[in-house]
Amino acid sequence: MSAAPAHCSEREPWDAIVVRVLKANDVRLVTCVPDKVLAPLIRRLRADAFFTVLFPAREEEAVGIVSGAYMAGMRGIVLMQTSGFATLANCLASLTVPCQIPLLMMVSERGTLGDFQLGQAIVCRTMRPVLETLGIEHFAITRHDEVEFVVDRMIRQAFATQAAATMILSPLLTSRDPAGR
Amino acid sequence: MNAVFADPGSRAQSREMSRTDLTRRLVARLHREEAVVGGIGHTNFDLWASGQRPQNFYMLGSMGLAAPIALGVAIAQPQRRVFALEGDGSLLMQLGCLGTIAAVGPRNLVVVVFDNGMYQITGGQPTSTALGTDLVAVARGCGIARSLWARDEAHFDTLVAHALEGDGPLFIAARTDDTPPAGVTERDASRIRARFMDGLGVAAMPRGR
Repeated sequence: MSAAPAHCSEREPWDAIVVRVLKANDVRLVTCVPDKVLAPLIRRLRADAFFTVLFPAREEEAVGIVSGAYMAGMRGIVLMQTSGFATLANCLASLTVPCQIPLLMMVSERGTLGDFQLGQAIVCRTMRPVLETLGIEHFAITRHDEVEFVVDRMIRQAFATQAAATMILSPLLTSRDPAGR
Repeated sequence: MNAVFADPGSRAQSREMSRTDLTRRLVARLHREEAVVGGIGHTNFDLWASGQRPQNFYMLGSMGLAAPIALGVAIAQPQRRVFALEGDGSLLMQLGCLGTIAAVGPRNLVVVVFDNGMYQITGGQPTSTALGTDLVAVARGCGIARSLWARDEAHFDTLVAHALEGDGPLFIAARTDDTPPAGVTERDASRIRARFMDGLGVAAMPRGR
């Protein structure tokens, strides 16, 4: 095949959809510990004056900043990869859940579907058990046509129910090319 | 920069003070609904014992996150002065936050660390500040230029007065003793969160759609 069909190459990228949905929900503060998969999203967020984008040294710190901002009336989100999520069990269990803070987390899922790093593959297996043990809502987004619905609904539910939400970005979404390979 | 901040002082040259007394001195000067985030353990116990203001947040877990939480409050409400009260053990656990604070540069944020050189609540085991780590030097090295040791109670009062009027971010370290805290915080986390949000004038739930 010489080129992808026009409707595939011109569709709105997943990261642009996320930016649009964050804006529509007034999520202005973005804290991230970077990740290669998240890089295009971070680039887009930094280029938009609507957002305040911070790079804390650790994911725990990012959770603290977003939690403080929430309590003071500003909505935020933490962006991280799976290995970063693995550092969060204590603060989720002792701050986020007992204080009923609607913490938004977006995790780029590493260590599955073709990762080459053993450490990533092992730590990846800890993510869902931790989320389930703590009773934190989570959903893996695998399809481009589900990004808008899932991100929008998870954000709304988090704030309406005073509970954290984890949006997992599957390689099926972030690594497949538009032709679905 | 104000001459007050030229000399960082040193831990060795600072008087050993009472955390309870210093917390009460600070709280007594708060008349404009300033927010105060009290770190885990004796730090928030003494904040609780100093009088329960609606603008106080008592951190029951998440050791090390008092300054990041205060930073979030300071970003969201730039008109409000925000204090983080932290212990040396807690701050040592999350030193990277000082670099983040310096990078963001919030003018309304003040970090106060009570440094008694020990994990007092678990039996007085030494922290690295008892063995040579200088937290003011760390804060300055991270880029918080207005960082210094309170030499004694009168100096602490002066620094708090600057913190309430001048530009931040500010980092104030006070060497403290091992006197037990003057009270114990109640442990209803969601109530603490809800009261803090009320104190900051924020409604938790979005309006129904």
